[in-house]
Amino acid sequence: MPTREPPDPRPHRARPLPPDLARRLYRLMLTARMIDTEAVALQRQGVFPAYVSLRGQEAAQVGSAAAMDPERDFAFPTYRELAVALTLGVDMVGYLASHRALWHGGLYDPMASRFAPINAVVGGPVPHAVGWALGERLAGRTGVAVSYFGDGASSEGDVHEAMNLAGVLTAPVVFVCQNNRWALSVPNERQIAGGSVAARAAGYGMAGVTVDGDDLAAVHDATRAALERARSGGGPTLIEALTYRAGPHSTSDDTSRYRDPAEERAWADRDPLVRTRAALEAAGAADAAFFAAAEAECRAEAERIRDGVSAAPEPPGTDLFDHVFREPAPHLAAQRRVWEEEVR
Amino acid sequence: MSPTATAGTAAAATAATAAERGRAAAPPAHLTMRDALNRALDTALAEDPATLVFGEDVGRLGGVFRVTDGLQRRHGADRVFDTPIAESGIVGLAVGLAMNGWRPVPEIQFDGFAYPAVDQIVNQMARMHYRSRGTAPMPITLRVPSFGGIQAPEHHGESLEALFAHVPGLRVAAPADPLDAYHLLLQSIRGDDPVVFLEPKSRYWDRAPLPEGGLAAAPELPVGASRVVRPGRHATLVAWGAMVRRCLAAADLAAEDGVELEVVDLRWLKPLDADAVAASAARTRRAVVVHEAPLTAGLGGEVAALVTERAFRDLAAPVQRVTGFDVPYPAGPLEPQYLPTVDRILFAVQRTLEY
Repeated sequence: MPTREPPDPRPHRARPLPPDLARRLYRLMLTARMIDTEAVALQRQGVFPAYVSLRGQEAAQVGSAAAMDPERDFAFPTYRELAVALTLGVDMVGYLASHRALWHGGLYDPMASRFAPINAVVGGPVPHAVGWALGERLAGRTGVAVSYFGDGASSEGDVHEAMNLAGVLTAPVVFVCQNNRWALSVPNERQIAGGSVAARAAGYGMAGVTVDGDDLAAVHDATRAALERARSGGGPTLIEALTYRAGPHSTSDDTSRYRDPAEERAWADRDPLVRTRAALEAAGAADAAFFAAAEAECRAEAERIRDGVSAAPEPPGTDLFDHVFREPAPHLAAQRRVWEEEVR
Repeated sequence: MSPTATAGTAAAATAATAAERGRAAAPPAHLTMRDALNRALDTALAEDPATLVFGEDVGRLGGVFRVTDGLQRRHGADRVFDTPIAESGIVGLAVGLAMNGWRPVPEIQFDGFAYPAVDQIVNQMARMHYRSRGTAPMPITLRVPSFGGIQAPEHHGESLEALFAHVPGLRVAAPADPLDAYHLLLQSIRGDDPVVFLEPKSRYWDRAPLPEGGLAAAPELPVGASRVVRPGRHATLVAWGAMVRRCLAAADLAAEDGVELEVVDLRWLKPLDADAVAASAARTRRAVVVHEAPLTAGLGGEVAALVTERAFRDLAAPVQRVTGFDVPYPAGPLEPQYLPTVDRILFAVQRTLEY
């Protein structure tokens, strides 16, 4: 197997995005932020049992997902990829249904959406992306799998196995590690020996790229380049997008027990929404009227999604049994009869 | 009579005939379980271009037991391929391939190495169809050379059926003889649900006469069905995998004393053919379940419960269990003392008869 690209964990920089694309992606980021804010509120109101906020990671998610071809590519998320889902056009009411605990994997159609079911085992979906990608290569198709995971997941054995498999099999897959600095309560220093996830790419014979994950253009450009490389047979890429988890791990978490509030205040200056807006203004790509309209329209969209998930019907009890197997299973049929007679 | 029970006699007859004719024997019209599994994989690869076979050493080498011998040559290195030593990754790869429309048949080289893949098997392969509300296809057949009896190193003699039978979303199958292995594996591969397929490695070299018309003409049972491999009327022995032949040996000995034992090969361990097993136990009024796995929380307890629930009034004795002991699978010289022996099976039969 020939060695491919030499490792390149250097910071990736990019030119500004074309204005129309930048405006479109800013609106996606803003919508994601507003949906996220509504979701936290829904948890506080008792509508969601718990919620995991992506606040602070909007540029990393929108920038990377917007580089994908929604007709050909397929995303494999874990559970904090709301803005990836939004960018790929996933039904967001169905997405948030997972957080309302209506169905673990979400109520959207993952196959039609090309966005795998929400997965709470953080390393688990990474080898799935490699398998899906290998399937593309074997079929002679040109789709690329994009695997989303975090700095915490980078410690999982499955991530190592997946990356090694991707290298050996020349699978068209892009690994996007959103390094948000905190794996629940554990900081990078206690998580990543060597200090860099991207540098590990060298060991798998694949390209490794570190990118400012709060720089929308840089993330988009790095992902676009990695997708092109994979699509043209150049194999996998590992992108480490350095970002920040601005909120707690989940609504059940208390960051004051493990991190300095000053750190969170310092982050506010590099909020990807603030930075993207400043970049749009500096480039003359958007004016006050655009931002006012975006604010109103994105808020309306977030509220529509909020109302939709709040009103979504609970699944019928038959859902307990309906999707376990495709083929008949007499033991489940018998248990379903018990449910019909004694529970329903 | 079962194919297994007639195999020895038929083999002897064929050899004698060739010797009497004083010329070289014709190519033996026999095959081993390894051959049968190999032919089933060959058939599956030939009939469906979505079928893929992969795992450690399954390609050029043909597998450590040669079950995949020649498949890469015949079907190409894209469809039959070697992977790195990464059991979790192998199963994870299968999940992703299945989501992309493939029909993966991955192999875990030895039973004990399925443990590193348990997350992918239990949390992912078994649940992805459910998690996706039936939209993500998951037609994976995970082949696992299983059970003990070959004096192998540690982690090469484990019985995992209770672990995987306990997992919602998995089907579990284990063949006991060559002809049945062919159809059981093909049915597992053709089915659209994930199957953990436990191959009794100590039976890979068991031989059976090839039926006229070839393997495809061998009797094929419905998916999920158990089978009576030896009819009897005094007690029922329930077993699967390598223990079926041992139960047949016990039945042979019992017959010398006039005790007619019925032997049921479970074949499918999840879902389990509870009604048929209970019907046999109700007929004979006594049941002994035999497995290699340790006693506590083994599948024998499940069989005993299912039989008792269905046939309590017909039973003349409590269901007996003859199993491995609750100890880690032992090394060579202790292995025969750990595995259920013919004597232990017959002692259990005696307890049910004298109850």
